[in-house]
Amino acid sequence: MNINLTLLGQMITFGLLVWVTMKYVWPPIIKAMQERQKKIADGLAAAERGKHEQELAEERAKKLLQEAKQQANDIIVLAQKRANEIVDASKDTAHQEGERIKASARAEVEQELNRAREHLRQQVGDIAVRGAERILKKEVDAKAHAKVIDDLITQI
Amino acid sequence: MAAENLTAGEYIKHHLGHWTVGEGFWAIHVDTMLFSLLLGGLFLFLFIRAASKVTVGVPGGLQNFTEILVEFVDKQVKDSFHGRSALIAPLALTLFVWIFLMNIVKLLPYDLFPYLAHAIGVEYLRINPTSDINATFGMSLAVFFLIIFYSIKIKGAVGFSKELLLQPFGKWFIPFNFILKVVEEIAKPVSLSLRLFGNMYAGGLIFTLIALLPWWIQWSLGLPWSLFKLLIITLQAFIFMVLTIVYLSMAHEDH
Repeated sequence: MNINLTLLGQMITFGLLVWVTMKYVWPPIIKAMQERQKKIADGLAAAERGKHEQELAEERAKKLLQEAKQQANDIIVLAQKRANEIVDASKDTAHQEGERIKASARAEVEQELNRAREHLRQQVGDIAVRGAERILKKEVDAKAHAKVIDDLITQI
Repeated sequence: MAAENLTAGEYIKHHLGHWTVGEGFWAIHVDTMLFSLLLGGLFLFLFIRAASKVTVGVPGGLQNFTEILVEFVDKQVKDSFHGRSALIAPLALTLFVWIFLMNIVKLLPYDLFPYLAHAIGVEYLRINPTSDINATFGMSLAVFFLIIFYSIKIKGAVGFSKELLLQPFGKWFIPFNFILKVVEEIAKPVSLSLRLFGNMYAGGLIFTLIALLPWWIQWSLGLPWSLFKLLIITLQAFIFMVLTIVYLSMAHEDH
């Protein structure tokens, strides 16, 4: 355990080892490690970003779906309304048509009635005049008593 | 026991000897140099292989392993070092892995390598470089020079001198301050190297003592001690690294 030249030899060896390590060992390894660290960090960030984007897309899809549903609903409601309107309108038209037909029928009946009444009146007038002619045969002058007969007719 | 004919004392002494070439201060512990270079080479081989094949995509086994170590060291450096330096983190990584490797060869079968060395005619061999004070002191001295270098670089020669002379007690205690500061600075490398050396040396000694037991009972102490040692080995490498980071960050801080 005496100190001798080995000391110097060891110092030189040590110096060389440190120099080589500093030059050829440390930098590439530490560089690769840092690069890998960065790569992993980038990857994690990308994954995070992807996840976020997916969430956004999902939300968007959900919104779109909801909108589509809403639209479909609106369309159905509108269609129903329209159908109701059409049904109502045709009902109205039918009703009006019915009324019209009824009115014209009624007018015709009225006309027919009037005509029948007129006819009847005339016949009654005739019958009355003829009856009166038969009863009164001689003394009754048809022309002189026409006024009386007309009064009679109007009273019928 | 490698050699049954040795006494216990001789056996221990044999295990504490170094494969030495040269005399006195100019001697070199060949085993320390050889194994520290081998293990340093292993460290560089593994890490350069990983670094050359490094990919940003899915990492392979070796890359994963090195990245765990690199990240661990990087975190330690970022926790205690607040400046910016291209040197500190690679320095800390080298220290941690190299010291760990140099420590862990201690757990290899204790008599195997000296035995093999004996076969090729080498009398003494210690494969654990960190139980040689030259190795630990070499590293801590290098760290010490870095501390001085950065202190002067960051604070300037004047600023560093001021810090040495005027802290902690102001200008009326300049000699006292200077002595205190110098002791503080020198204590750093000394404590760094002695802590590691002492742990490894004592651990090795205990392994030697365990090896003196009868062969059929050695495992009962050897296994727990090896497991405990595994903890110490990692801890010592970690402490050396963290203290180096702390000292260098102190050198970067302007008071």
